[in-house]
Amino acid sequence: MLATKGLAYSYDSKTNLDFPDITCQRGESWLLLGQSGSGKTTLLHVLGGLRTPKKGNVLIADTDLYQLSSSKMDQFRGKHIGIIFQDSHFVKALSVEENLGLAQTLAGHSVDKARIKHLLDRLNIGHKLKSKTSQLSQGEQQRVAIARALINRPTVILADEPTSALDDVNCKEVVNLLETQAREENAVLLIVTHDGRLKELFSKKIYLNK
Amino acid sequence: MNMLALSWKNLTNNALSMLLSLILFALGVGLISLLLLLNSQLDEKFDKNMADIDLVIGAKGSPLQMILCNMYHIDSPTGNISIKAARPFMNPKHPLIKSAIPLSLGDSYKGYRIVGTTHELPDSLYNGKLASGVLWKADMDVNIGAAVAEDLNLKLGDTFFSSHGLNDDDIHVHDEGQSFKVVGIFEPGGTVLDQLILTTPQSIWKVHDHEDAPPVPLGEEDGRHDHDHDHEGHDHDHDHEHDHSEDATTAELPLMEQVDKEITSLLVRYRSKTNWRALNLLRNINENTDMQGASPAYEVARLINMMGAGERLMRVIALIIVFVSGISIFISLFKSLRERKNELALMRVMGASRGKLFGLVILEGLLLAIIGYIIGIALSHIGMELLAGVMKDSYRYTFTGWTFMKEEIYLFFGALAIGFIAALIPAVQAANTDISETLGRG
Repeated sequence: MLATKGLAYSYDSKTNLDFPDITCQRGESWLLLGQSGSGKTTLLHVLGGLRTPKKGNVLIADTDLYQLSSSKMDQFRGKHIGIIFQDSHFVKALSVEENLGLAQTLAGHSVDKARIKHLLDRLNIGHKLKSKTSQLSQGEQQRVAIARALINRPTVILADEPTSALDDVNCKEVVNLLETQAREENAVLLIVTHDGRLKELFSKKIYLNK
Repeated sequence: MNMLALSWKNLTNNALSMLLSLILFALGVGLISLLLLLNSQLDEKFDKNMADIDLVIGAKGSPLQMILCNMYHIDSPTGNISIKAARPFMNPKHPLIKSAIPLSLGDSYKGYRIVGTTHELPDSLYNGKLASGVLWKADMDVNIGAAVAEDLNLKLGDTFFSSHGLNDDDIHVHDEGQSFKVVGIFEPGGTVLDQLILTTPQSIWKVHDHEDAPPVPLGEEDGRHDHDHDHEGHDHDHDHEHDHSEDATTAELPLMEQVDKEITSLLVRYRSKTNWRALNLLRNINENTDMQGASPAYEVARLINMMGAGERLMRVIALIIVFVSGISIFISLFKSLRERKNELALMRVMGASRGKLFGLVILEGLLLAIIGYIIGIALSHIGMELLAGVMKDSYRYTFTGWTFMKEEIYLFFGALAIGFIAALIPAVQAANTDISETLGRG
């Protein structure tokens, strides 16, 4: 599960961001909504262990994230947190399969080619296994990014505006994929968005106010 | 997907922009290695052919030329000296001189020099052993070095005519006279002996006496000469031939008696190298005779010193190239990492620690250095082998590109050090990539 308590973040002494406490159970899908500049992405980065908060705790699978040392945190992040960014980033020199294999290696697992193939097949891009990521369309890249977030069976999946660049049809499909895959892996799914199209698709929502 | 494989893929994916650094690095390493190879093999040749000779006595001229001609056989003689003048130095009772070996030069066969001398030359100077045949005894018999035999495909019993001078383009062939006959072939010894054709000094005179004057008067003159000598040295010759065992060369004995004949030089060994009187001997020869003496050690040191200036310059150029290539590797890595900033942040997200990213970039620098080193070493050795072909043609010296030196191991560690240093700053930067700043917007 994912839980936060008394989280606050400040870029400088003037702007202070206080975040509401969150508690999400495994298998649940949540939407994190808010205006631009309300600190959505900042919160996502804090939850993902990418940005240290000023105060408060983040608990993932009973581990207090910011009590971990730097390298322990890197390991933990690789194992337990899957993150999907607004723009898909990949290691350009590697193929789709190798990118997913790298994610397994860096999390401390051994490469499981069967798992990679299975996951890509579930996302309907199994045929792109050997392609370089730069040869994929944006939709395909988004799916590979989802596959990478899922590959290590994380406790929490964090998605930052995963649909902002997609048309209505693709938007719905990607959100469906994310939801079903997260449920299948029994992970917490938290989507950060200002995309109004998603509101009606989720029942569990968190609002951030400026 | 281990880090080594990943850094390799990163490099090959970026091959074009890495190519310049790689070529520069390989050039620098190659140049240094080539200089090392050349230097060590030149030194070795000079050392081996020094053969413990303390003094060379010959006609006045350039002392360096005399040394190069009579010891290394890569230059023409300074002239001849009369046997009358040389004879005192060959006295076995000379207080300072242990041995003096006479050389008669002037002819060659297909670029290989024919040396008229005594058996002392292969025996005590170059430690030459016969691979087949016997030592030369009669005039016009020759022993040939291993390289001569191999290059010209000469076998025991083969005969040939000599030509004047040392260069192949001298088409002045003594084909009206007698021909030389191969009676012995030396084992390869890595010394200048491999490149020589040895015979009696008298053989050289024979060839030239025929040559020096028109055919008819020449025959007469020759006859008179021989006659004179027979008369003059009659008793002497007889005594010697009886005194000595069968092994004594008939060619050698009358040599010193032929006072009106000439030889090219004497290779002298002192009884004691530390005797100060030996130094005076050299000065005495230069001041009080028509001949000159030269110390090979001194002249070779002078020559190496002269070449050394050029070599030092080359070395500096090579080091500059390596330095520039180091900077080039640094810039390539730096640039490639700026383009791959997102990738590095992403790897942190996927669980890579700072140390791992640092290691990854260092590994890329080291890989570049290793590849550059391998290409550079390959270039230098192939280059050396090509150079050896050229040197063999012009100097009759054999060099090879197929030897490796321990200095090249040091060079390898030097290359690694440069790869490491060039990658250090980019690696620190990679390790300090801020994930949130890089990947997040807003």
